[in-house]
Amino acid sequence: MIVETKSVQFQSITLDSGAVIAPVDVAFETYGVLNSGKSNAVLIVHAFTGDAHAAGISKEDGKPGWWDNMIGPGKAFDTNQYFVLCINVLGGCRGTTGPSSINPETGAPYAMNFPMITIGDMVRLQKMVIDHLDIRRLLAVAGGSMGGMQVLEWAVRYPDCVAAAFPIATTARHSAQQIAFNEVGRQAIMADPDWNNGNYYGLKPPARGLSVARMVGHITYMSDDSMKEKFGRRFRNKGAAAFTFDDEFEVESYLRYRGNQFVDRFDANSYLYITKAMDVFDLAQGYPSLAQALERAYSRFLVISFTSDWLYPSYQSLEIVSALRSRNRDVAYCELSSNYGHDAFLVEVGEQTELIRGFLARVYKDAA
Amino acid sequence: MATGSAPLPARRLIKEVLGRGDYAIIGEIVEPCSKVLDLGCGEGELIEWLMDHKRVTGAGVEISRERVQLAIARGVSVYQGDIDQGLADYPDQAFDYVILSQTLQQTLKPLKVLREMLRVGRHVIVAFPNFGHWRVRWAHLVSGRAPRTGLFPYEWYDSPNVHFLTIEDFEALCGEQEWVVERRYFLSGNHRVKSLPNLTAEVAVYLLRSMHP
Repeated sequence: MIVETKSVQFQSITLDSGAVIAPVDVAFETYGVLNSGKSNAVLIVHAFTGDAHAAGISKEDGKPGWWDNMIGPGKAFDTNQYFVLCINVLGGCRGTTGPSSINPETGAPYAMNFPMITIGDMVRLQKMVIDHLDIRRLLAVAGGSMGGMQVLEWAVRYPDCVAAAFPIATTARHSAQQIAFNEVGRQAIMADPDWNNGNYYGLKPPARGLSVARMVGHITYMSDDSMKEKFGRRFRNKGAAAFTFDDEFEVESYLRYRGNQFVDRFDANSYLYITKAMDVFDLAQGYPSLAQALERAYSRFLVISFTSDWLYPSYQSLEIVSALRSRNRDVAYCELSSNYGHDAFLVEVGEQTELIRGFLARVYKDAA
Repeated sequence: MATGSAPLPARRLIKEVLGRGDYAIIGEIVEPCSKVLDLGCGEGELIEWLMDHKRVTGAGVEISRERVQLAIARGVSVYQGDIDQGLADYPDQAFDYVILSQTLQQTLKPLKVLREMLRVGRHVIVAFPNFGHWRVRWAHLVSGRAPRTGLFPYEWYDSPNVHFLTIEDFEALCGEQEWVVERRYFLSGNHRVKSLPNLTAEVAVYLLRSMHP
């Protein structure tokens, strides 16, 4: 399945903060065919550093999508049955307007003049794309991690537009620990002299800072067990310590590699803006309680967490489930067994496929 | 009741599909388009049947991760959790029916569970194996050991059953607690028994409600 990223431009979007971005470009991909009743659309919302390329092989660079093992003919999100779409988030750097985009008022990249964005703003922009495609109701909105936050926001903000909501490995609000890890990432970027208060476009980007931020991120995405299994205390060469500060351990080498690789595909200012949007997100904001926020939602929920995910631990999923149950909302919950830590939602395909394929089929059948 | 769910065909079908007499009774009791919670719902086969044939809104609670996964894959909204604590989140009278099928004897605090069920459900359907059945009494009498029968096949040390009750025990509890028994069914295999149920019934199914909802 060769796919191409599409793009749509809207005149403007007014943000939760009141600021306006005009115009705003949005990158998205679609897979499968929208049926005549437009009742088979499934929106996949991506995680922090994801993009619109969720499935298939990219026409531009030949790479598979970030959830290609879950989306496609016969897969969990079966493109023979459903029309699946994925949209790059507002503030991103993969086709949708973000800090690296040109500010038409100045003719230069926004950089730190880009307004603060929220998860709610991301979702509102996605809704504009859905309206643009003339889809009234989504069969499902699904995503992991920051994607899960958007799923929750969708279900609460647009209760009539979401038949089923699949928040995976996520939370209704970040804990102090989650904010803390994001802050380390932000400080690593800002401590890099090349960051230059965000004005590095056309110059040397803050590669060292951004790669350190990514290294920290990768540690939080894995688990003690998965790191033990993947690296242990193994050395890259010779099988013994040479007592240097080179990347002697396999784990050091891996983190450096992933950090350096990340710099080529991600913008440091996007990192700052998006992590801040995640930290500020609180689904209960504006409501007396999380339960009262979720009371607005009428979707069928399928909440999934993973045993070894210590970044988005199961208690955070249970908090969502408990709030939904207290308002008599329809919710299925399962904690899947995995050693992969937070990465599990990208890696543990088999069991997620069973859950999602069957549950989605039922929702589709009942909606017909 | 809708014509599509006339008692007899429904009962025959549910027996074919599920192969369990207590499920057949439950399938008969539940009104169409109601809201149903099944505790210890296993792979969700009863709720799926009720969704398909009675158009109910179903939910379940199940402790085993494997079974929860199978139930969700059927499209049933199952919560992975413990029945003994699993109901606290629900508001009062959240469901039309709360079902506990052959699991009461496995809960740690059966009275608390039943009270919680009557709080969150307008009606409670509870099915349990009858420890007063003559085979159980006989097995105990002749062997002098913890009875093992077809209905209670476990060794005492690996039995999931932690409370043993008879139909007489349950009737007494209903009286003490002032629960209203709306209907009662006694089964031997897949057949109804009418006389001496505490001796002849293997399984009892009760439809209860609270006196003061």
